[in-house]
Amino acid sequence: MKCKQCNEKAVFLNPKLCKKHFIEDFENRVKETIKEFNLVKKSDKIVVACSGGKDSTTILYLLKKFGANVEALSIDEGIVGYHNKTLKDLKGFCKEYKIKLKIYSFEDNIGKKLDNMIDKKSLPCTICGTFRRSLMNKYAKGYDKIATGHNMDDESQAVLMNLVNSNTDLLNHSVPITKKLKGFVQKIKPLYFIPEKEVAAYSLLKGFNVNFTECPYVNLSFRQGIRDKLNSYATRQMKTNILRKHLQVLSVLELNKQDYGKCSICGQPSKNKICRACELAKNLNKTKGRTNQ
Amino acid sequence: MKIFIEKEQKNEIIFFEGKAKDLLKKLKIDVNTVLVVQNGELITEDDIIKDKDEIKILSVISGG
Repeated sequence: MKCKQCNEKAVFLNPKLCKKHFIEDFENRVKETIKEFNLVKKSDKIVVACSGGKDSTTILYLLKKFGANVEALSIDEGIVGYHNKTLKDLKGFCKEYKIKLKIYSFEDNIGKKLDNMIDKKSLPCTICGTFRRSLMNKYAKGYDKIATGHNMDDESQAVLMNLVNSNTDLLNHSVPITKKLKGFVQKIKPLYFIPEKEVAAYSLLKGFNVNFTECPYVNLSFRQGIRDKLNSYATRQMKTNILRKHLQVLSVLELNKQDYGKCSICGQPSKNKICRACELAKNLNKTKGRTNQ
Repeated sequence: MKIFIEKEQKNEIIFFEGKAKDLLKKLKIDVNTVLVVQNGELITEDDIIKDKDEIKILSVISGG
């Protein structure tokens, strides 16, 4: 099977392209998203939220390649056999590309590893996501933007999950660039319109040393069910349609105009007196609040 | 044919000749969730696999 742009063998079917043209096409589409949504300004100091997996490594590489001022930030949740592998890859990658990397852990900030927070009643993804987002925002202070590796599959799944759960507030998070809100560092998602399979192919073709490792708690997540259902019927075009229509609807609704106050324990933005992360930390029988800013 | 399925961290030896997508069908693996690597090179689902090939099936779903 030949590439649609030359006589070389295709390495991918949709788009049907050889290695060279697939890489070019992929990078151009990421650039288009950056341009369309004005994700990066020349003066921006950007921190990339990195797990060491394919998505965040790809966006770290591309932002650096496109000339952005980038550093890497990783949160070690404390999941045995998962993040220790990906963090090792990330450290090697940052060393090779001369990118500054900072790592913070749940253990140092909350007092426990995620593995030790889980019991039969708790959903690991809820705990992990809440603490990870809170710590990421805390340690991204001083940067203009946080770039994440969320891809088209992640985002179309998130839109459906939040619709199914009637979580209209969270629908606002599934956008290529979040709004400027007091206390929050803006988030950008340059891979918003790139399917997960293409990110995996790109990182493989570029020879990035990343483990394609699934989190061991993935089977307990609500996302897993949505992902399987969506993959069973939705084509790439349908997932693109979900996101394009979602953005159109959001622009009309203008949800989430409510201002945030400050959490009385940690100082992070919160709609309530105590933020969700500190509530969770209290419930995990921690005697002290989290580290104040 | 030697085959490595990354998600299950499993090595197997099976007999198969045909298109990559038919191998995935036989193994009950969703084509959207994996990349197929033949003798170290990324291939498409329509490419032909021979029994002497070494195949890796890499999961595209990382994270949670």
